[in-house]
Amino acid sequence: MALKIVKGSIDRMFDKNLQDLVRGIRNHKEDEAKYISTCIDEIKQELKQDNIAVKANAVCKLTYLQMLGYDVSWAAFNIVEVMSSSKFTYKRIGYLAASQCFHESTDVIMLTTNQIRKDLSSPNQYDTGVALTGLSCFVTPDLARDLANDIMTLMSHTKPYIRKKAVLIMYKVFLKYPESLRPAFPRLKEKLEDPDPGVQSAAVNVICELARRNPKNYLSLAPLFFKLMTSSTNNWVLIKIIKLFGALTPLEPRLGKKLIEPLTNLIHSTSAMSLLYECVNTVYIDVNTPPLPSLSLSLCLYLSLPPQLCVQKLRILIEDSDQNLKYLGLLAMSKILKTHPKSVQSHKDLILQCLDDKDESIRLRALDLLYGMVSKKNLMEIVKKLMLHVDKAEGTTYRDELLTKIIDICSQSNYQYITNFEWYISILVELTRLEGTRHGHLIASQMLDVAIRVKAIRGFAVAQMATLLDNAHLLTGNMQRMGICEVLYAAAWICGEFSEHLENPMQTLEAMLRPKVATLPGHIQAVYVQNAAKLFATVLKSQEGNTDSTAAQETSQLMIDRLPLFVQSANLEVQERASCILQLVKYIQKLQQKDVEVAEEVSALFAGELNPVAPKAQKKVPVPEGLDLDSWINEPPSESESEDEQPKAIFAKEEPKHSRPRREEVDEKELAKRREARKQEQANNPFYIKASPSSQKVYQEAPGVEHIPVVQIDLSVPLKVPGLPMSDQYVKLEEERRQKERAEKKKKEKKKRKEKRSGRGKKHDSGPESEEDITPAHQVDIVTEEMPEWSIITSYIFIKTKSYCVTVHVCSSRPLADSEKLPVRSHRAAEAPKSPTEDGDATSQEPKKKSSKEKREKKKDKDRDRKVRISTGLFLCLLGNHSHLILVSSGLPGINKCIQKSKLVFCFLPLTKVYDIQGNLQDGSQVVVSVIFENKCDSFLKSMEFNVLDSLNSKLQRPEGSGPHDGLTVPFQLPPGVSNEARFVFTVQSIIMPQKLKGTLTFIVKNEDSSTHEKLDFKLHFTCTSYLITTPCYSDAFAKLLESGDLKCSSVRLEGVNMPFHHLLARICFHHHFSVVERIDSCASMYSRSIQGHHVCLLVKTVSIDAKCDEPTLLGNVLDEIKQTFSQC
Amino acid sequence: MQFMLLFSRQGKLRLQKWYVPLSDKERKKISRDLVQTILARKPKMCSFLEWRDLKIVYKRYASLYFCCAVEDQDNELITLEIIHRYVELLDKYFGSVCELDIIFNFEKAYFILDEFLLGGEAQETSKKNVLKAIEQADLLQEVRIFLYHQIHLL
Repeated sequence: MALKIVKGSIDRMFDKNLQDLVRGIRNHKEDEAKYISTCIDEIKQELKQDNIAVKANAVCKLTYLQMLGYDVSWAAFNIVEVMSSSKFTYKRIGYLAASQCFHESTDVIMLTTNQIRKDLSSPNQYDTGVALTGLSCFVTPDLARDLANDIMTLMSHTKPYIRKKAVLIMYKVFLKYPESLRPAFPRLKEKLEDPDPGVQSAAVNVICELARRNPKNYLSLAPLFFKLMTSSTNNWVLIKIIKLFGALTPLEPRLGKKLIEPLTNLIHSTSAMSLLYECVNTVYIDVNTPPLPSLSLSLCLYLSLPPQLCVQKLRILIEDSDQNLKYLGLLAMSKILKTHPKSVQSHKDLILQCLDDKDESIRLRALDLLYGMVSKKNLMEIVKKLMLHVDKAEGTTYRDELLTKIIDICSQSNYQYITNFEWYISILVELTRLEGTRHGHLIASQMLDVAIRVKAIRGFAVAQMATLLDNAHLLTGNMQRMGICEVLYAAAWICGEFSEHLENPMQTLEAMLRPKVATLPGHIQAVYVQNAAKLFATVLKSQEGNTDSTAAQETSQLMIDRLPLFVQSANLEVQERASCILQLVKYIQKLQQKDVEVAEEVSALFAGELNPVAPKAQKKVPVPEGLDLDSWINEPPSESESEDEQPKAIFAKEEPKHSRPRREEVDEKELAKRREARKQEQANNPFYIKASPSSQKVYQEAPGVEHIPVVQIDLSVPLKVPGLPMSDQYVKLEEERRQKERAEKKKKEKKKRKEKRSGRGKKHDSGPESEEDITPAHQVDIVTEEMPEWSIITSYIFIKTKSYCVTVHVCSSRPLADSEKLPVRSHRAAEAPKSPTEDGDATSQEPKKKSSKEKREKKKDKDRDRKVRISTGLFLCLLGNHSHLILVSSGLPGINKCIQKSKLVFCFLPLTKVYDIQGNLQDGSQVVVSVIFENKCDSFLKSMEFNVLDSLNSKLQRPEGSGPHDGLTVPFQLPPGVSNEARFVFTVQSIIMPQKLKGTLTFIVKNEDSSTHEKLDFKLHFTCTSYLITTPCYSDAFAKLLESGDLKCSSVRLEGVNMPFHHLLARICFHHHFSVVERIDSCASMYSRSIQGHHVCLLVKTVSIDAKCDEPTLLGNVLDEIKQTFSQC
Repeated sequence: MQFMLLFSRQGKLRLQKWYVPLSDKERKKISRDLVQTILARKPKMCSFLEWRDLKIVYKRYASLYFCCAVEDQDNELITLEIIHRYVELLDKYFGSVCELDIIFNFEKAYFILDEFLLGGEAQETSKKNVLKAIEQADLLQEVRIFLYHQIHLL
């Protein structure tokens, strides 16, 4: 025995051990690969020996080589051999090697199952421990399946050392073999209350990890964990528990309520930053973010601890000198920003400070945060700070990051936060001075976008761009700045396209034709050439007005002199454009020499205006009748080019199509008729951009903008790009503008208050300036309210059209908010002849009351008219429980006059149904809405189109073949003073809930001299009552129904109702379509049935109603509506 | 935790522990990429970075970088704590640990790590218990540690 040991150590002395190997590798730095290959040969020899000590030594060396990146998979079997050694020393090495080298595809793993099982049940706890540790690294589904039971037994081992490991490894087993979870779970749960804290914490760990994957199975453990959370002092465990609750709370909001106290305590008391960070993260981030965003609301209600607390704590983190805490603080802050933007915004100063941090990753985090923090109020200030950093930034990557962030921040959600576009243009211009940026194209596209969409800014933009072009040499000065020369592309295009705003077009033209331009990239030169031609047209126009014709000829000569440079360009595009234009100019020159006026014709080449059109717009244009787009006009060519359905180009010039006369065969009358029809169709189509008289108003500048002085161009300062405005001064100007606005607003408010006198409305005080109060100086040319799809469109296609009537129709203010809607009631039977009114019944009883009511009504009408005048946009009022609807329209500011007199009355008749239904869902799902249109203005109304935005539940039935968003044409026109009724069929799926549908009525108001397109928004209110049909019922059938026991019960109290009982019944009958079954003194039973066959039974007493129905939701809603009816009397 | 890597300032891997099954090729690629990314960072920068869909937490002790990859919901600060605790354990075990101790006794470093973490989760938060377990296990085998007192990590 003793001899054997001696022999073993002698062997070892001759073999190279791990330390020798490491030392050897370190000594053979230059020929490491060669040295290692000899070592591997040695190891192969050693592995062939029978001595397990030698083998173990070899395996140990292999493990080291494996880490260095050498393939040792060939020795897998030897590793298994060493693993199965009975000696702990070697077993340990074998398992270590296996855990490092084995993975799922190692085939010898299946040989290990029995060995591992033996080790797991070994009396030596360290054998078991080593096996468990190794297994955790290379467990496969097969191993998991075969060994799950053994490991489960170990969870109840007497030694906590083994229990702990067994519990932890169960998680890996669950992942590989999920079927084991169910049988093992009870035991795992027991371990949560294990006497050993290590085992307990292991169990918490495992359950927390499991719950992250599938929280809802672990809700039942919440009380247990809650107990642990309040009793445990181990931060490791607490963090896991809090994480677990973060996963559970979204499923069970009541938990949130319970958690407030312990969480608040932890936040206040803990000194461990990791725990604090976890609390903040869990409470405000995990819990508040989707999957269930609606919960965030409820949680905020439950969690009375204000976000300020967390933000305060985060502030401490960010203020810490430790970079790590700073970083995490910012990270958490940006998550809170999503749910509580207000509370984060107050720490703007701190975030801005972080921009100065020396750690770039912290600066980038701070930038991310700033993106979400800007508002109209602070945008200029924040961007100003960022611009300072741009100047200071040393690395190009960081500076480029800053640049993109500035642009992102400014352009986010359609320039929502920009109030002054002159400021923005000057920021962009300042950014062009950055050296070596890669983002020239980004700046360029912003310039183009702003110049096109913000019409009011064009004059200013053009002036700036002209200066840029003039100083192009500063941008193209060295090759490093090549990225930035992209902005010249934008500058040239803007100057050309909007050349009418140029102060000195001649100078710009010259700048664009300088020889240096030829050094620019080809695509920019091409734009230069094209826009030089546009400028040329403008210059000619201005010069021909003068008597002196030589100036015009000189301009032509200039073109002829300079263009050949571009004709020689290597770039095809430049060459082609230049030679075209050169020939054109030569021809013009010839004409000029003959004293022919050419300016008109030349500028006609570039006439027309750009208008924004949604990228999908083309799809919305209806295909004219008889036109089959799929049929071939000519025989298909052999290889046809596929056309892009959506034009990729940003700018496409479209020739006016329909102005070209058709073929002679069609007679003139027919033609006119068709044209008219098409025009109408276009006018009625909500997806066509309509001409409206208000279009001029759209770009009207908000008051105060004229106070912005035009920046003086100072050409005497040579080093700075002359004439480029400093964006800073706008910050100051903007402040002034806002102050002025505020002052004006206050004045107005005072005036209003004086006018109003009676304090009926709860007008909120104009306290501190709020976000909404800041009106932008320029409007961005986009429509978001008209077409829902537009709001998500990020890019626009601009199409140049002349004969299509296209201007954007913008509601300059939103429709009135709910609080501003007028609670108008109408009892005028005359207006709605089709609706039987029971008011007569009521009023005959109380004639005096009625007259006073009328007075009130009139006063309200007056109020309303006044309101109409101040409000723009459209609104409607809803007549509570009356099943009719009165729509009051007002118009856009431009056509207010006409609208004051016009009142459109829609009568919404009690819903009638088409067929008698007996539980037949097909018919029971249809309701007919009768709408009475009455024209109360002096103009002729025509081309009315009725459209409703379908909901999931209710859909307007449209003729076959029309799309789900098409409107229905109202089949008549309305001369002044005439009313008519139209019926629309709706399909309703579920009738148990009331519904509101949004809709639009578009129509043309025609006067003698003009016709305007109008739009009226309304809401259709489908009350539950309207789904009920008055159905007589016999008392015995009624009694049977009540006895059947299928009906759910509910009741409502009628408070403050003091009307005769028969009136009460009459009201319920009339308004809610019930019929009286039986009446005994002051108690009556009533019955009605829904169109889908629900029975509704009422037992009405003077002060309360007991009700039964087979659909509790429907019943609840009907009762609510009844209650509302009476609350309004 | 998905994996832990120890590497030197020269980018040499000193220890690797993978808690997710990956092929050798993927492991090599990940460790190469990550080592490069971390070595490129400036010394004053914070210890966290987002890398692919993982969060990387790393810390440098003398010439050695300790780097852990955790999932998105995991707590960075506690991961940093795990790293520090592991270094403390090494320090206690070797007595003023230095990089060479880990190189020459790399299997010991693994054993300690395995007593501390299991399957990527902390199994024992008490330093004393970890060391006790290691000592007990070492008693079962003939202990031969070569100590290289050079630059201490702590």
